[in-house]
Amino acid sequence: MTDASGAPRERPKSPHLMTGGFGSPLLWRWHITMFTSIAHRATGVALYLGALMLAGWAVALATSLGETDHKTYVDYMALLGSPLGKLVLFGLTLSVFYHLANGVRHLMWDSGQGLDIKSANFTAVAAIAFSIAATLAVWGIAAMTGAL
Amino acid sequence: MSTEFRTPLSRARGLGSAKHGAAHWIAERVSALALIPLVLWAVFGVIRLARADFDTAVAWLASPVNAVLMVLLVLVAFWHMQTGVRVIIEDYIHKLLTKSVLLLANLFIVSLAGALAIFSILKVALGGAL
Repeated sequence: MTDASGAPRERPKSPHLMTGGFGSPLLWRWHITMFTSIAHRATGVALYLGALMLAGWAVALATSLGETDHKTYVDYMALLGSPLGKLVLFGLTLSVFYHLANGVRHLMWDSGQGLDIKSANFTAVAAIAFSIAATLAVWGIAAMTGAL
Repeated sequence: MSTEFRTPLSRARGLGSAKHGAAHWIAERVSALALIPLVLWAVFGVIRLARADFDTAVAWLASPVNAVLMVLLVLVAFWHMQTGVRVIIEDYIHKLLTKSVLLLANLFIVSLAGALAIFSILKVALGGAL
């Protein structure tokens, strides 16, 4: 009825399939809310690993209770304090503040607020800016108090 | 618990989750709210402990406020991340066997690590200062 030729029309595909599949140029223009959505999941997975590191810290502390030299705890803290450990901790700091700020955005949306494009774009920038500022503040405090 | 969050009209219309979706959705958000203060407290705890030696760390964790907040943090954070990763697996993995294995692995890893963390915190808090 809508097609004069009478032949069945090809059904529309999901946009990521219309351009040739995953990894090919997106049909959609890149936008910041796309980034914040992907980053929320990525930082969530990163924090999963961070939580396992926290559990490892608690186990190392408890294990060292029975050691005269507290070797397990000392070794664990040395690992965290190594250059690679510091890099991971810096990434986790960024992840924790980003996931927190973006999580507040999600809670706001769940209450029905800020769903229009202008607000969503603004809070996206705000969440990214907050996570960077808070991360630098924490590492600044850590440096000033001699924790690094 | 699952149906109590939905209005009788929503259930009568038969729309929305067929099972426990509404309760999961709300519980994930309640845990998110609880994690805001807990995580901010934990960040300052990490700064405090980064420069601390073993005895200082034990004394810190043995204080009642720190021990209780740490146990709550582990409980809520591990529960929250279990549900979050569960949603990611359910979104992207559709093969039944792979999905089942990943969902069980997620549950078992979180349960094991969470139990180890809470037991260790309590061990330090209840006997570590001696």
